[in-house]
Amino acid sequence: MDYLAMGGYGFYVWGSYGVAALALLIEVLSVRTRRRRAVAEARMDEQEGVTLPNVSEVLR
Amino acid sequence: MSINWYKFASPASFYPLAGRLIPWFAMGAAVLGIVGAWIGLVIAPTDFQQGEAYRIIFIHVPAAWMSMFLYLVMAFWGALALGFNTRLSAMMAQAIAPTGALMTFIALCTGSLWGRPTWGTYWAWDARMTSELILLFLYLGVIALRNAIDDPRRADRACAVLSLVGAVNVPIIYFSVKWWNTLHQGSSVSLTAAPRMAAIMLTGMLIMSIAAWLYAIAVVLMRVRAIIVERERGSAWIAQLPELAR
Repeated sequence: MDYLAMGGYGFYVWGSYGVAALALLIEVLSVRTRRRRAVAEARMDEQEGVTLPNVSEVLR
Repeated sequence: MSINWYKFASPASFYPLAGRLIPWFAMGAAVLGIVGAWIGLVIAPTDFQQGEAYRIIFIHVPAAWMSMFLYLVMAFWGALALGFNTRLSAMMAQAIAPTGALMTFIALCTGSLWGRPTWGTYWAWDARMTSELILLFLYLGVIALRNAIDDPRRADRACAVLSLVGAVNVPIIYFSVKWWNTLHQGSSVSLTAAPRMAAIMLTGMLIMSIAAWLYAIAVVLMRVRAIIVERERGSAWIAQLPELAR
């Protein structure tokens, strides 16, 4: 318990490490979600036939 | 074998490259982050003046350094986007802004938590703290500006200009402790003089700084991949991506 108390500064030290860890975790999760949503919407484009055709195939 | 680096300026070529790089940077960040935190919380001795409160330095300083570096990198990509009109440069700048804002936020929060026990206050309007807060506003402003403009290419140019104009704030933050009387202490680490702190503390700070860099690169690469898919929707190469196939 002495260690966790950090000489009386526990709130500040663990608070700092905790804020940093939480912020980084939220960032990683939010980027993952963003990518998943982007891929899902791109997949819908493909299914709806919105995708531009490959120019070289069109010209053939 | 010489690599034609310019081919990676195309989003379609850069996308798979970024995908292969991310795991390495992520693993490096995780390993060094754990080592750095271990040094900071366990190995490094108690400080003579500040007791255990000084351990916040291992989070606060790397975050603050990253907040400044990332802004300069973001402005650099913005300058490239303006100069060469390249989409990927603008996408990189777009990807950096949220991570930079987060690092600034962490620096401000941890600095505030460090200031309370050591200076007796959570906040003061001294030069360094104020200019770092302005840095946060600049990051948020760049993000808000992008959301405010419909045409992505116009948004790219506007955000690049804002980033470049705001870049003057970074040297202000850095030199603030030298130019003004501040509550914030002067720099203990310099490129030219010997550091005025214990070696193990310096080592811990450097390891955490490298961890912060690796983390930032991994997250920015992740985000730029999402941005590439968002902005290149409708292209044939996106349609053929393996992750799209269910």
